[in-house]
Amino acid sequence: MSHDQHFRVWRGDSDKGELVDYPVLVNEGEVVLDIIHRLQQTEAQDLAVRWNCKAGKCGSCSVEINGKPRLACMTRMSTFDEDEVITVTPLRTFPVIRDLVTDVSFNYTKAREVPSFAPPEGVAPGEYRMAQVDVERSQEFRKCIECYLCQNTCHVVRDHEENKENFAGPRYLMRIAELDMHPLDAADRKEAAQEEHGLGYCNITKCCTEVCPEHIKITDNALIPLKERVVDRKYDPLVWLGNKIGIGRKSAKS
Amino acid sequence: MTDPIESPAVEAEAAAAEIERHDYDVVVIGAGGAGLRAAIEARLLGKRVAIISKSLFGKAHTVMAEGGCAASMGNVNPNDNWMVHYRDTMRGGKFLNNWRMAELHAKEAPDRVWELETYGALFDRTKDGKISQRNFGGHTYPRLAHVGDRTGLEMIRTLQQKVVSLQQDDFKATGDYESHIRVFHETTVTELFKTDGRIAGCFAYYRSTGKFVRFDAPAVVLATGGVGKSYQVTSNSWEYTGDGHALALRAGATLINMEFLQFHPTGMVWPPSVKGILVTESVRGDGGVLRNSEGKRFMFDYIPDVFKEQYATTEEEGDRWYTDADNNRRPPELLPRDEVARAINSEVKAGRGSPHGGVFLDIASRLSAEEIQKRLPSMYHQFKELADVDITKEPMEVGPTCHYVMGGVEVDPDTAMSLVPGLFAAGEVAGGMHGSNRLGGNSLSDLLVFGRRSGAGAAAYVDALVDVRPAVAEADVDEAVKRALLPFSSATEGGENPFVVQLELQKTMNDLVGIIRKADEMEQALKALQDLAVRTRTVTVEGHREFNPGWHLALDLRNMLLVSLCVAKAALERQESRGGHTRDDFPVMDADWRHVLLVLSALGEDNVELVRQEQVPMRPELLDLFELDELKKYYTGEEIGGHRADQGLDKGAKA
Repeated sequence: MSHDQHFRVWRGDSDKGELVDYPVLVNEGEVVLDIIHRLQQTEAQDLAVRWNCKAGKCGSCSVEINGKPRLACMTRMSTFDEDEVITVTPLRTFPVIRDLVTDVSFNYTKAREVPSFAPPEGVAPGEYRMAQVDVERSQEFRKCIECYLCQNTCHVVRDHEENKENFAGPRYLMRIAELDMHPLDAADRKEAAQEEHGLGYCNITKCCTEVCPEHIKITDNALIPLKERVVDRKYDPLVWLGNKIGIGRKSAKS
Repeated sequence: MTDPIESPAVEAEAAAAEIERHDYDVVVIGAGGAGLRAAIEARLLGKRVAIISKSLFGKAHTVMAEGGCAASMGNVNPNDNWMVHYRDTMRGGKFLNNWRMAELHAKEAPDRVWELETYGALFDRTKDGKISQRNFGGHTYPRLAHVGDRTGLEMIRTLQQKVVSLQQDDFKATGDYESHIRVFHETTVTELFKTDGRIAGCFAYYRSTGKFVRFDAPAVVLATGGVGKSYQVTSNSWEYTGDGHALALRAGATLINMEFLQFHPTGMVWPPSVKGILVTESVRGDGGVLRNSEGKRFMFDYIPDVFKEQYATTEEEGDRWYTDADNNRRPPELLPRDEVARAINSEVKAGRGSPHGGVFLDIASRLSAEEIQKRLPSMYHQFKELADVDITKEPMEVGPTCHYVMGGVEVDPDTAMSLVPGLFAAGEVAGGMHGSNRLGGNSLSDLLVFGRRSGAGAAAYVDALVDVRPAVAEADVDEAVKRALLPFSSATEGGENPFVVQLELQKTMNDLVGIIRKADEMEQALKALQDLAVRTRTVTVEGHREFNPGWHLALDLRNMLLVSLCVAKAALERQESRGGHTRDDFPVMDADWRHVLLVLSALGEDNVELVRQEQVPMRPELLDLFELDELKKYYTGEEIGGHRADQGLDKGAKA
């Protein structure tokens, strides 16, 4: 029911750090975040980790576990072998504050750069009418818990600090798609998506979709359709190629 | 990487010298639904606002809400209106509610929901394109606006995005996104400052750097949520340490109704990692049944006399209700939350529980696998991913979990101001609205209605001050620094690990002031809390101030302890059972207790004083919304002398 497991946790700050080995007790049914908490209660009271709901709903406890971006609260220990070394490191794309906690302010900056919902003129509160089928597309994107795993994974910025200024990342490109597909949003967002938020950097490798804990089809349902909408205004070779080789929206597989 | 603290006094002095300072009109503590709505309102009224939040912006506990937001829009059933909602709310709270809050809430909730659509919210729709509304326990008509089972996430994201939208407006006007609203996230407030009896500001630290920051502001809105983290088994997150409750007490405000805690009947019990996480009421609404270790549907043994008429007495009748609600009575699994929670508790105590100390919630034998996945997708995934249980094949193990505190800061219903001038409270941290028991769905609407009112109340208060803003006393700042650094100085004296003290506090409250209460156990709890108070004062923290969870907890513990004292003391005092307060030794509801509020105030660092206070009688025209026969179940004879029926002026039942 219980066993000892070898954990290797990154400890340090913005200047320096190292992987520290901990043998730690694991009980049946536990998740990686439980083990981090056990370390805090025993030999590493000052081990920094960001977490909140512990139910996969708030998106706070994003870390990299054996190199894979994951929510620590949703990663069950039973998915590993008992003799496996579990390495827990902070998100690689954002600057470290301490231990497993990173500075995610990049995301808040990008969020602020996307123009907000533009309410339709002349429609009073209480008078909004929308069909379920029309709101469902945007609703899928609003399932996003802002864990930033997609932002962390996207290779456009993962090892390319220089792209951060001009690229909003999958989460905020998806936000633009969400607003663009909102039945009553009054703004035109296509040009800005390409010109200001870096939609053209995305070459639809679907890494964002793979790490999404909410299973949102970011690439197929948000980014590719947004590229298609933009293409009316501006030529994007990837969309042209995508259509050519059959990975456009209609034929996209999940 | 650890900088040893050489001398606490030197450290405190150095820290005081480098304290960042900000000036605002209104400081909102908490960034959940109530806090964000308060900030939006104060900013719309022209105030400069700071939002302070322990977690990241957008992660507040509001995201956990599943079911929906109650508002009598009448989109699904046109018979619904504020009066029906008002009656349901008062019944749910067993008439102990602050009736004025319940009135404002019922009247204003629809406008608050519609407003969210203008911020960009996307609720599920009816066939004619309006906001869809769903049924929930205690609500007469389908009333809950919802987005699948993630309504809280939609609400927090919508309000977050509205704040951003206002910042974008400010950027266009001033060139600075943060000229009128600034979010200080991962920042914890440890003290409120008062000067000449009025709020002057507050003191906080940045969780990431450990650096101190002071806010000079004449108005503070508490929107800090609840207290559930003082219990071992809870659906609440780490943030719910009763900070606002404790800050209010220490500033001289009062708390009411602290004996009333809602234990949700169905939380997960296994594995330990997820103990307490909510299993939505919809499982039972869709046909799920509760069984004990003998396979028996035990709820049939727990139908109280007052509900005998409305609930099925055989499994056959109960099962027929799902398809023919008009000609059958509902199954007892759908009794009010407090009844079901008590029944589960009794079964476990009688030795008929499941292997991990709960009971079985079985949907697998009731619906097809396809139906379960369609109707309860998030429950399916929750059990699959966290417990490795396939709920389409096996029963779930569930048990009661501490979910919500009805008690909170005593406030003026219209302005949300506490007894302390300049101190406001809204949402779960405010008391009165829900009486002794909250209806599902009434929390999200509460956040919006009273969040807005507190923001408006704070703005009006600031306007009325003109130019006489209270100045923060420097000595109070020095004191706050010393208090915050205390856990480091205890290190030299060999104090305890705060995580250990927290576990003991949680166990004490869980075991001795839990779902079923007895005088001797609560007396024992009060003694234990006194001992824990001493240990809390001397907990030891290792290391540095940058993102140090041990230090953070040491400071939160102080609040948890004070709030736990309030709960235990009020629970011991109230000698009846009502809503979220069940006394084994006083099992019956008593009309002489209905009009009595238990009011708590702080006596020094870790003691509280309790006094009894009479409720303000309900306005006659609101009293007239109820039939006399119903009121007689709750009120003493002399209290309802003014009712229309009693005066021979019966105007007939209102709509």
